[in-house]
Amino acid sequence: MALLEVRDLTVVFQRRGEQPFTAVDGVSFDVEPGQTVGLVGESGCGKSVTSLAIMGLLPKRGATVTGSVKFEDTDLLRLSGNQMRDRRGRDLGMVFQDPLSSLNPVITIGVQVAEVLERHQGMSRKKALTEAAGLLDKVGIPDPNRRISEYPHQLSGGMRQRALIAMALACKPRLLIADEPTTALDVTIQAQILSLLKGLVQDTGTALIMITHDLGVVAGLCDEVNVLYGGRVVERAERHELFAEPRHPYTHGLLASIPRLDAPRGERLMPITGSVSDNIPWDSACAFAPRCPNALDVCREVTPEQEWRGSRLLRCHNPVQPAAAETEEASV
Amino acid sequence: MLRYTVRRLLQMVVVLLVLSLLVFAWLRALPGGPVSALLGERATPESRHDLIVQLGLDQPIFVQYLKFLGRALTGNFGTSNGVQPGTTAMDLFLTRFPATIELSVFAIIIAVVFGIPLGYMAAKRRGGWFDNATVIGSLVGIAVPVFFLAFLLKYIFAVKLGVLPSDSRQSVTDATRVTGFFVLDGIITQEWDAAWDAFRHLILPAIALGTIPFAVVFRITRAAVLDVLDEDYVRTAESKGLTAQLIRRRHVLRNAMLPVVTTIGLQTGALLAGAVLTENVFAFPGVGQALALGFERRDYPVLQLLIMMAAMVYVVVNLLVDLSYALIDPRIRTR
Amino acid sequence: MALGATKKDRIDALAKSSVDDSGVSLAASAWRRLRRNPVFLVGLGITLLFVLVAAISPLIAPHDPSARDLIDQVVKARNEIPPAQPGHPLGGDLQGRDFFSRLLVGSQQTLMVGVLATLFGLTGGLVLGTLAGAIGGWVDSLVMRIVDVMLSIPSLLLAFSIGALFAHPNQFTVIIAVATVQIPIFARLLRGSMLAQRGSDHVLAARSLGVKPGQIVFRHMVPNSLGPVIVQSTLVLATSIIDAAALSFLGLGNPNDAIPEWGQMLGTSQEVLDSHPALSFWPAACIIIVALGFTLMGESLRDALDPKNRR
Repeated sequence: MALLEVRDLTVVFQRRGEQPFTAVDGVSFDVEPGQTVGLVGESGCGKSVTSLAIMGLLPKRGATVTGSVKFEDTDLLRLSGNQMRDRRGRDLGMVFQDPLSSLNPVITIGVQVAEVLERHQGMSRKKALTEAAGLLDKVGIPDPNRRISEYPHQLSGGMRQRALIAMALACKPRLLIADEPTTALDVTIQAQILSLLKGLVQDTGTALIMITHDLGVVAGLCDEVNVLYGGRVVERAERHELFAEPRHPYTHGLLASIPRLDAPRGERLMPITGSVSDNIPWDSACAFAPRCPNALDVCREVTPEQEWRGSRLLRCHNPVQPAAAETEEASV
Repeated sequence: MLRYTVRRLLQMVVVLLVLSLLVFAWLRALPGGPVSALLGERATPESRHDLIVQLGLDQPIFVQYLKFLGRALTGNFGTSNGVQPGTTAMDLFLTRFPATIELSVFAIIIAVVFGIPLGYMAAKRRGGWFDNATVIGSLVGIAVPVFFLAFLLKYIFAVKLGVLPSDSRQSVTDATRVTGFFVLDGIITQEWDAAWDAFRHLILPAIALGTIPFAVVFRITRAAVLDVLDEDYVRTAESKGLTAQLIRRRHVLRNAMLPVVTTIGLQTGALLAGAVLTENVFAFPGVGQALALGFERRDYPVLQLLIMMAAMVYVVVNLLVDLSYALIDPRIRTR
Repeated sequence: MALGATKKDRIDALAKSSVDDSGVSLAASAWRRLRRNPVFLVGLGITLLFVLVAAISPLIAPHDPSARDLIDQVVKARNEIPPAQPGHPLGGDLQGRDFFSRLLVGSQQTLMVGVLATLFGLTGGLVLGTLAGAIGGWVDSLVMRIVDVMLSIPSLLLAFSIGALFAHPNQFTVIIAVATVQIPIFARLLRGSMLAQRGSDHVLAARSLGVKPGQIVFRHMVPNSLGPVIVQSTLVLATSIIDAAALSFLGLGNPNDAIPEWGQMLGTSQEVLDSHPALSFWPAACIIIVALGFTLMGESLRDALDPKNRR
């Protein structure tokens, strides 16, 4: 049985005096215990909003969330505010993008880790601080006993992100959501943080939802990948399958736009033309059609439905044919 | 922290030097020049001559300034010739200052006790009717001339309803004086009726004086809370499942208070200017009333000292506020 | 940050809002948001009504505001003033002059005090600010240090001190006193705005294209400072009217009340507030409403220019 079952998750933002905007449009996916699932797409594709909706962190006013998010048979969307508070930090943890702004600047690192333990495990401040030092040690922060009395601005970017990971994992949640956890970091630090995350979820059996725009991150980490476009899942596949044979033109374009060292000299990169702002609504067309090299007339007239193609889920009228995908040799 | 303190102290010295320059220039720009200004128009030629020699007005201008600086450092600004003729300006200041401090403290308490909770509530209900009503109310509070508000309060509560006293600091005449702060004196000596009486005398002037600081503290709290509520670390705190109360206290208010603390320090400026008007209306014998009388009667020795002192108090209070700010904000403390 | 913060920080924050590299026309995007902002519209409405009344008040005032038509009804001994009566909807004042006409015509002088004080303050600040910025070096340091110290004196107290410099106050000295307080504010604002722009992309672009410095200042920097200056000016219009009233109250105002002005009417009527509250109430209400109108307009303009609120 799946740990998390997201069904038809839809988030509509409504600002006063403006057109409602559908950020997430009927997204469904499962996360098995201990599994790592990627949500991939450009900024604005709805991946972050999906994660905030699962965590119940969207603003109460202005955002309407429908569908269901079943976590071990409890629909998180039906829980009251206080019931959800009991879950967050204990059953579900989250790591955010910018570690500096995500840490409270006027409270010590130790207290920020300890307060999760005090809240969910009823520890005393003293015991929680000792435990916090242990957690900092586990995420690879040197000299944790000194660090717990330091403030976020005294830590380096990588250490701050480690501290955030320690907070999110303090109560050993069964699901961790990481929203672009490495985007704000230096490239060398990125790799360290990713391998730390990978190691931690493997050791503890924590399921992980990895949200990223970076297919390189997905390649090293995820068991299954959901590619989002315009608030909908356009392609879902097991990692190797997806990288070997991207079928959706968008996925294909994402992969083709990554520079590769082993590419033949002189081969040109293939960027996806246009930007997310070229989106058209899904109502009566494919949202990706204006940017799609494979677009047919039907793509601009009929909304493509999600269909299973073998073990892969695809939402496309005219997918890239396996032979046409020049990625046989693509290794990850 | 030590380097920060030293730097701020040095800055303050520079500010005070420039300030003395301004007051010096002000004195020379007074109608009839400094001698007429300081002695009044009925002075005898002899006393005029004495003062010219004493002030060194026959000497080059920079010598005059240095002499002025010397007198300023020793607090010798001459004798009052309008507010309390015969008293030195310094004595006048020292006897009146506690009254103004007491009044200002009560005004600030009113501003903080009402401003911070209301500001927080307005921010939490952003865009709702409570928010809109309190924001408009605070703007009206700023638009009302302080002295008119003071008169209005006096008219309603003292004249019409007769529930509160409207002038002086105390009706009890045999109270023991210890600190010069009458409420505190009453508490120390356990003369409860004297303390209560002094407190009742403070209510109306403190409300009048506290209105603008209240409006400002309210608006700053609201803006700061709105800013903090948008911060990523509040979302992090939510993602940890902390209780709403803990998030409010530890994560929202503690950060939102940083700009509010600065604001409270800056409001001492508004208090000093407001005291001139409020104390005058309520015949409250503080520094503000002396300033108002000084302006009315053109008592320049007193004005000179009091303006200098007002600016100094303002600068010093803000230095203290900045230093205490550093204590709250680790980003400054550990720099 | 809105009202409060440090005076300096507020000025500097406002100054920075003149920098806009988003490519969208600043005025256009601000106006788009203001048009739908009820707060701004109310402020604008009050302001327009005030200006309209000031413009046509001599035509619509039923009586000469300085004529003592009702002097027969003033009985000093019994502390009576002329009550409301046909032709005199608000009765008369202590001199037997028609109070309604005085209120109407008073709007003219009040508007003049506000506008002139703002213009003087702005001109002084413009001269100081651009001079300091243009010459730079020790002149800049000295001017800005003096400006900062002037900002550290409570502004109302500064206005009182300057008002006290004149042995024989009149309407003009009141305006000078109220305006001088604004000079350091405008100076810091303009200098800050120009400094903020010096490093901004559009100025760097102009400079890299070889546009002459003078042209950069007048074609690019000054027009972009306009937004912050307009915001500050609307707020100054409000405070200068209130400050002028306080000066009158302390006896530093214009003693000649032949031509009425609201601040003066309010300031001088305080002594008889107990017996004749109406004499204070009406000018106070007028001042509060007009000051509120300017403030609402200024604060919503500030919000509209705030880069944080741009979309």
